[in-house]
Amino acid sequence: MTTSSKSGTTPAYKVTQLTFSYRSHRDRSRSSEPEWSLKGLTCDVGAGEIFGIVGPNGSGKTSLLKLLAKVLRPQTGKVELFGRELEGMRQDAVARTVALVPQDGQQIFPFTITETVLMGRFPHQQRRGSLGGFGWEGPEDLRLARQAMEETDVAHLAHRLISDVSGGERQRAVIARALTQQPKVLLLDEPTAFLDLNHQLEICAILRRLNEQQGLTVVLSSHDLNLVSQHCDRILLLKDGTVFRLGTVEEVIQPDVLETVYRCEVLVDRHPVSGLPRVTLPSRPAISMVHRIER
Amino acid sequence: MGILGGQRRFEGSGEGALPHGDVGTRVAAAEVTPRAEQSVLTSRRWVTTMLTLAVASLLVMIASLRFGTEEIGFVDSARILFGALRYGETGIDSLGPSSVILLQVRLPRVLLGFMVGSCLAAVGVGLQALLRNPLADPYVLGISSGAALGAAVAMLVGFGKTVLALSAISFCAFLGGLSSLIVVYRIALSYGHLPIHTLLLAGVILNAIFSALIMFITSTMNPNRSFGMMSWLMGTLAAPDYPALIVLTVYLFVGGLILFMQTRALNILTLGEESARSLGVEVERVKKTVFFTSALLSGAVVSVSGLIGFVGMVIPHAVRMMIGPDHRLLLPASALVGGIFLLAADTAARTLLAPAEIPVGVITALAGGPFFIYLLMSRKGGLAR
Repeated sequence: MTTSSKSGTTPAYKVTQLTFSYRSHRDRSRSSEPEWSLKGLTCDVGAGEIFGIVGPNGSGKTSLLKLLAKVLRPQTGKVELFGRELEGMRQDAVARTVALVPQDGQQIFPFTITETVLMGRFPHQQRRGSLGGFGWEGPEDLRLARQAMEETDVAHLAHRLISDVSGGERQRAVIARALTQQPKVLLLDEPTAFLDLNHQLEICAILRRLNEQQGLTVVLSSHDLNLVSQHCDRILLLKDGTVFRLGTVEEVIQPDVLETVYRCEVLVDRHPVSGLPRVTLPSRPAISMVHRIER
Repeated sequence: MGILGGQRRFEGSGEGALPHGDVGTRVAAAEVTPRAEQSVLTSRRWVTTMLTLAVASLLVMIASLRFGTEEIGFVDSARILFGALRYGETGIDSLGPSSVILLQVRLPRVLLGFMVGSCLAAVGVGLQALLRNPLADPYVLGISSGAALGAAVAMLVGFGKTVLALSAISFCAFLGGLSSLIVVYRIALSYGHLPIHTLLLAGVILNAIFSALIMFITSTMNPNRSFGMMSWLMGTLAAPDYPALIVLTVYLFVGGLILFMQTRALNILTLGEESARSLGVEVERVKKTVFFTSALLSGAVVSVSGLIGFVGMVIPHAVRMMIGPDHRLLLPASALVGGIFLLAADTAARTLLAPAEIPVGVITALAGGPFFIYLLMSRKGGLAR
């Protein structure tokens, strides 16, 4: 944890001693120790960073992202967003600064992509004090939605139903929705899960462009260590709800670190183009070698 | 007009943003324009749809006034209505027996039928959005029977059916409806999700329990009262007196307005509670408001008309297919269509076997039940969600 954020200004996020458990929400009466998703997590995200969160299943990646978006509330600890404590902020004020792209975005009602993307304007419409049900999308809302849809290349699908398009298209539409919130921080939960290679690349390209051109802070969780190592400025490696390692790609993507956390052998070499660390799983002979050694 | 301009600029900005706007994009934009009208709800489309439906509602109301055991022509109806307006209560008798039928029996019943249908459809829209489930309905989920149980208990304890006590029965119906709604929600909620099958099963079980309790209450009553109870439970629109009608109107308007204020948030809530929260919706507040209002409206409706099923499910679904899922239009439009539907069903109930009457709940169940099955079949693949 030697590295600090890119710039010397206020960090996008400052997370202190965060603890969270799903269980205590439901059965408070149970006296037994709840299963903590996060146990005293402390970290910070610099403004303008691309920040990756990795870790095994159940290590608390999704919980952390939801806590950062104030979708969930922590049991203890605090989250500061650009110096303001999240707990004291109104939900729509948070949504004007932070947008979350969740992992499962299913829709059972026949909303079109345009309608879905326009939903991102909700927090801003709230601020304008539109009268509840009355109130229409203004020209500015429509322009921003259009712009976001072009940004993520779904403009040609504007009038298709969100439930009818492919996974990659839906994911891009949800990112467009997040962009119409005009956020300073974009949180993405496994943005490339279930996508094929070219769609993975597309999403990464979109995120990089937004980061470079608009200075958008990007926080993403992923199982794909290579995606994270190629695109993120800093990486947070979680294990059992706490920080195992937080630092640059070089500091986190190391064979011994990964082997401790994931409990399997990995090979780390260099990406032929970027020169950044690249993670590979052992090939077939290597696996048999491991077995032989164990015997 | 401002919105229309915005719409144009919306289309135009697309071309502007693409400097290499070749023929292909322009063709695409032109192709898109008429569908864009459909895709984004504009004030113009809202007003047009609502005006059309309001006119249709009026026409159906006028038509329903005509039919019944005694047929009263449109001209006579108009004469009686204007006469009543001009001379007030005292002048009614001079207009003959048909005026009594029209003003004391038919008009209040028509108004009641329309409002009950409106309430049920509006509640259906709210619940479907909140539970993210197009099969949700106060009847299917056991909210109506909860309200009926509340009302039945109130009657048993002996609040009676006097004018003042109507509010007491309504209040107990509201409590019954609210508690069953909360119970259904608690049963169905698992890990932040509301699986469709658990929700329906919870409704089925609650319905069974409440029906048993209502039957028990009915069995302890003397035969005269239990017959009245049974016909009320089947869903009947007996002509109410005007004070009761006014109370219901207030309920409908206040409740409807509260629900309408939530429609923008309801749109977002269809994405799921966590997504809605991340988009700035105060989910808990919206949820409580909609639950509370739904229970209030269900309670009011059940206490005057008994168990009328499926209106709250079929109407929102059909309207959604026609005008799209945007709740800002879906909710008020469904309310009007629900009113029209129940009015038509009640007119059929009054006239099909005249002078005998079929309980209107029987007709709505016969029309809605098969539709429910159809929806269930067509959703087979997605049912497990």
